Amino acid sequence: MKIMVAIKRVIDYAVKIRVKPDKTGVETQNVKMSMNPFCEIALEEALRIKEAKLASEVVAVSMGPSQSVDTLRTGLAMGADRGIHVEFNQTLYPLSVAKILRALVEVEKPGLLLLGKQAIDDDCNQTGQMIAGLLNWPQGTFASKVILDKEKQVATVDREVDDGIETLSLNLPAVITTDLRLNQPRYATLPNIMKAKSKPIKKFTPQELNVEIKSDLEVVQVTEPPKRKAGILVSSVDELIDKLKNEANVI
Amino acid sequence: MVNWNWKATFRLIKRSPNLFLERRCTPPAVVPGFRGFSSGSTAKSQCNTFHGTKRIFPVSDYVETAGICIGMQGGVQRQCYSSLAGLVNRNPRFSTLNDEDIRYFEGILGNKNVIQDEERLIAANTDWMHKYKGSSKLLLLPQSTDEVSQILKYCNSRCLAVVPQGGNTGLVGGSVPVCDEVIINLSLMNKILSFDKVSGILVCEAGCILENIITFLDNEGFVMPLDLGAKGSCQIGGNVSTNAGGLRLLRYGSLHGNVLGLEAVLANGTVIDMLKTLRKDNTGYDLKHLFIGSEGSLGIVTKVSILTPPKLSSVNAAFLACKDYISIQKLLQEAKRRLGEILSAFEFLDGQSMNLVLNHLEGARNPLPASMHNFYVLIETTGSDESFDKQKLEAFLLHSMENELISDGVLAQDINQASSFWHLREGIPEALMRAGAVYKYDLSITVEKLYDLAEEMRTRLGNVANVVAYGHLGDGNLHLNISAPQYDDKVLSQIEPYVYEWTSKHRGSISAEHGLGLMKANKIFYSQSHETVQLMASIKNLLDPNKILNPYKVLPDSVSS
Repeated sequence: MKIMVAIKRVIDYAVKIRVKPDKTGVETQNVKMSMNPFCEIALEEALRIKEAKLASEVVAVSMGPSQSVDTLRTGLAMGADRGIHVEFNQTLYPLSVAKILRALVEVEKPGLLLLGKQAIDDDCNQTGQMIAGLLNWPQGTFASKVILDKEKQVATVDREVDDGIETLSLNLPAVITTDLRLNQPRYATLPNIMKAKSKPIKKFTPQELNVEIKSDLEVVQVTEPPKRKAGILVSSVDELIDKLKNEANVI
Repeated sequence: MVNWNWKATFRLIKRSPNLFLERRCTPPAVVPGFRGFSSGSTAKSQCNTFHGTKRIFPVSDYVETAGICIGMQGGVQRQCYSSLAGLVNRNPRFSTLNDEDIRYFEGILGNKNVIQDEERLIAANTDWMHKYKGSSKLLLLPQSTDEVSQILKYCNSRCLAVVPQGGNTGLVGGSVPVCDEVIINLSLMNKILSFDKVSGILVCEAGCILENIITFLDNEGFVMPLDLGAKGSCQIGGNVSTNAGGLRLLRYGSLHGNVLGLEAVLANGTVIDMLKTLRKDNTGYDLKHLFIGSEGSLGIVTKVSILTPPKLSSVNAAFLACKDYISIQKLLQEAKRRLGEILSAFEFLDGQSMNLVLNHLEGARNPLPASMHNFYVLIETTGSDESFDKQKLEAFLLHSMENELISDGVLAQDINQASSFWHLREGIPEALMRAGAVYKYDLSITVEKLYDLAEEMRTRLGNVANVVAYGHLGDGNLHLNISAPQYDDKVLSQIEPYVYEWTSKHRGSISAEHGLGLMKANKIFYSQSHETVQLMASIKNLLDPNKILNPYKVLPDSVSS
């Protein structure tokens, strides 16, 4: 069985985000970019499944400008066998991503499609669900545990829901999106970074995959959240009570 | 400061949040919430930073605090930590504080900033390791140079001893009173006075907390040439007075190079204005250097001007394993040659350090899980072009691997991974604290000989104690730590004076970046000649004839009293 993993290049989550002065988006020039952490978890899970000999190959897919190849190289250094880069230089919305993935699934015919539950840049949390719908595959979203049964061709997925753990059984092929606590991704070791250099990355364009990119969405503006006001230290209980009464009006 | 609020959905990611917030946090003393004040935060909140800190460990895990001064009323004095400089006799020449003095100080500072409150005095009397404790009855919080000047003028005339204090994060007992010295804490002098974006020159008051300066500069697109674990509490005045080293020294050099000017108040209250913002100024003796690293014994630094480099966007980190110390030295040479302009840190830790961290530090995870190695190295590069830098670092690492200088290694793929590497290196002091008693030595030794000491120590101590060695290898700075289940004079007698004698024999320094303080004042001769110390004493005598400034510290009793 082949596993396909979608990985996205996003602004590193530890970087302080700055909104562009014209409010059209956030500043990405000269900003550290990394693999979306949830995608890292998805890839790690695929690698573990392969290491458990339940899959034969892990294919990492990324979409976006040419620098997405760097993110793919990271994925290959973690252990993916090969990469696919769909080059596109404008914003891709979840439905377009899902359509491209569907086209790639038709080419690659994986038995399992793994994605992060969401990307930390747009926080959409839609692609996994959309691609499952487009393919008409069962979906296990926000997975915190995944067990594969090769014989029965079934995946058992635990999901952390509000009232406990929900366990789903999915017939393969299926779509699984990964949550935070599923695993702890590995580091890219030097020997693997070296090996990754010779692993193949295949390039496509949306046209080549017969996917027309259009969107019903328009971003009106992007603004910073309101600044938090600095706290103050009160010097006595009386002062605190006074402030709670007269300023905060809570008692 | 890592931006923590921008992404609520991702707040929970991985392990403990402290991993990110407490990056480079040597003193494990500060609760994240207390850090990262904006520079606009109120003076009051800053002075409470120390008082508000929460010890992560129960106090009993620390060395039991011992008073150290003899000859005072109620002056106790159990000595639990044997490597203290020994019990100190209160110098009878110093006057004792009276009500009139308090009234005088209240006249200068107002009642609010003359502190006699027990609880606040306990915090100000105790160092962060809970190793040294004075018994001062008075804490003064001046708000201006003029106030500092008036305080000192008065203290000098009354022969009242004083201890200048910043964030009180020192490791050698330099920032707390030994006996009943008046504490002059500069935390209310916390204003950034000017910043020149063209030249990158910052002028600020001495009480600015290092992390606030770092945050301020970050917003301006610059970095502090100084970064160290205690940044959330330590103040720039204290950093300058102790010539703090830290993690960026390899790249940006010491404060002797980065401090362009300062203002200091002498013991008699004279304000010496050397607050220049010039890179070049050859007009007579460059006296500012006397105040950099003299640990408040010659004057109180009240303002500083610092040259800050622009912030570069591309930072990469690798965590490597080496089989022996020879390989590490070769790796350092190679790194300097091949990474030259982008190399920003070269830190090493030995297998024992790694073991300790993995066993005692929360959230620590070995990036190289296959097996334990003898040595580990953390290399950081800082440059302006992400893809160029990464390529360069990768090429260097692969080359080093082919030449068997490194036996394994990982390269951080994102900032989070880089932070986790730093967490291992910077978490060693915290892990040591958790492991039991610890004898700490901060030594400068030529890189070639540096690790011999650790090995000799191991042979000497056998199974009695665990010898842990790590440090800023790029700067020839070894942090030698000897960890034992509890403090034991027998263990100590095996370590001292051997460590000092060994260092002296190899022409090293017994204090690379921590200073002498109280702990090592009497050990100065291991690193300085009698003639040099005598000259230091003459300078001390000239600037502070009554010896009221930070007494019992820096210089040995034999020359200072």
